[in-house]
Amino acid sequence: MMNIEEFTKNLEAEFEDIEPGTITPTTNYRDIKGWSSMYALIIIAFVDTHFDVALNADDLKSTQTIQDLYQIIIAKKQL
Amino acid sequence: MALFKTNHVKITGISACVPKEKLYTRDYAHFNEAEKDLFIKSVGILERRVASKEITTSDMCFASAEKLISSLNWNKQEIDCLIFVSQSADFFLPATSILLQHRLGLSKHAMAFDMNLGCSGYIYGLQILSNLISTGQIKKGLLLVGDKSSLSTHIEDKSTYPLFGDAGTATALEYDTNSNPVYFNLQSDGSGEEAIKILDGGARNEVRDDTFEIKEIEPGIKRSRRHLQLNGIDIFNFALKEVAPNVNEVLQFAGIEKSNIDYYIFHQANRLINESVRKKLKILEIEKVPYSIDLYGNTSSASIPLTIVVKLKEQLKNQHKKTLLSGFGVGYSWGSCIIDLDNIVCLDLIEI
Repeated sequence: MMNIEEFTKNLEAEFEDIEPGTITPTTNYRDIKGWSSMYALIIIAFVDTHFDVALNADDLKSTQTIQDLYQIIIAKKQL
Repeated sequence: MALFKTNHVKITGISACVPKEKLYTRDYAHFNEAEKDLFIKSVGILERRVASKEITTSDMCFASAEKLISSLNWNKQEIDCLIFVSQSADFFLPATSILLQHRLGLSKHAMAFDMNLGCSGYIYGLQILSNLISTGQIKKGLLLVGDKSSLSTHIEDKSTYPLFGDAGTATALEYDTNSNPVYFNLQSDGSGEEAIKILDGGARNEVRDDTFEIKEIEPGIKRSRRHLQLNGIDIFNFALKEVAPNVNEVLQFAGIEKSNIDYYIFHQANRLINESVRKKLKILEIEKVPYSIDLYGNTSSASIPLTIVVKLKEQLKNQHKKTLLSGFGVGYSWGSCIIDLDNIVCLDLIEI
């Protein structure tokens, strides 16, 4: 399973027109340049494909940073 | 469980009709440039077809059916069943299928009825008509499937307006004792009713004073209670959770290996959803999973036959291919089917 650094790097690649290294684990993902609700779906697809974990609307509402997302994935993975 | 093995029925031909008029994602004024790029890349829609005011779903299905009947050289008097699957009927009543029976000049001995389903509708329609024909008591039937979804979306709703295209299709089914069995797995979950819904205008919420009032639901989303509402995250999660297991179940039920399927034709929901489902199913050969969403958008129940017509016409000519079809969406309602397409007549796309 990918660690938080790999997760951040791989998720960063899903965003358009972002300089590599711009996003860190403490970045609030809704503040990423060009953020739109479409990215919520892109994150859900990314997490589903790489972790086989389903993030729902409440999971997204309860998270702010990349680190928060990672924590919720770990928690769900261990269920 | 609604698992079926249906014998003695085959698809003889498929045709599809779309409006001439194209709308381009690039021209959608309520997206900024970055949103356009992202929408094209993730949802996968470059352009779609939208019907003018005077064209209905039944007009597109009529054009598809008329041409298909003549190409097959079918005697109209021998068509014993017509099913119209749509959520954009001509009238509240009578059922559009009955109007089409008359308009197509079918016999008064033909049975005709409507089925009110969206994105899963093609699979459900195929199941019902296949089962009727498999008894051998009727020999030929028409499945007319499609939607004019553009009727229900509001131009200032970014979550729906750029997504849907209009189309109407016709599929001819016939009794055939030499055909391979057709397998179905049909499912429903009404707990998802809010995910895709038109609130007003039916018996539960009759048209009222504010039914047509355009309200801002959230930034970028304005619509009335008569327009389609769509919760992208909920639908996405539904599709990720339910579609792959449904497909795996029908494969297991049929005793057919994934590697023996020549084409997987999915409802064209959204490229991101479909690609996630493809990866979940571990279908690595991308040429086995054709897309029509790039040029036609999400065409509701018409998406599966439309994809066959625009993407597989040449590949199916004089061929015998094993296909897995899967539709999923509004309801929630979903289902898959394994059916052989053996030397079928697949017409060129009709534009009206």
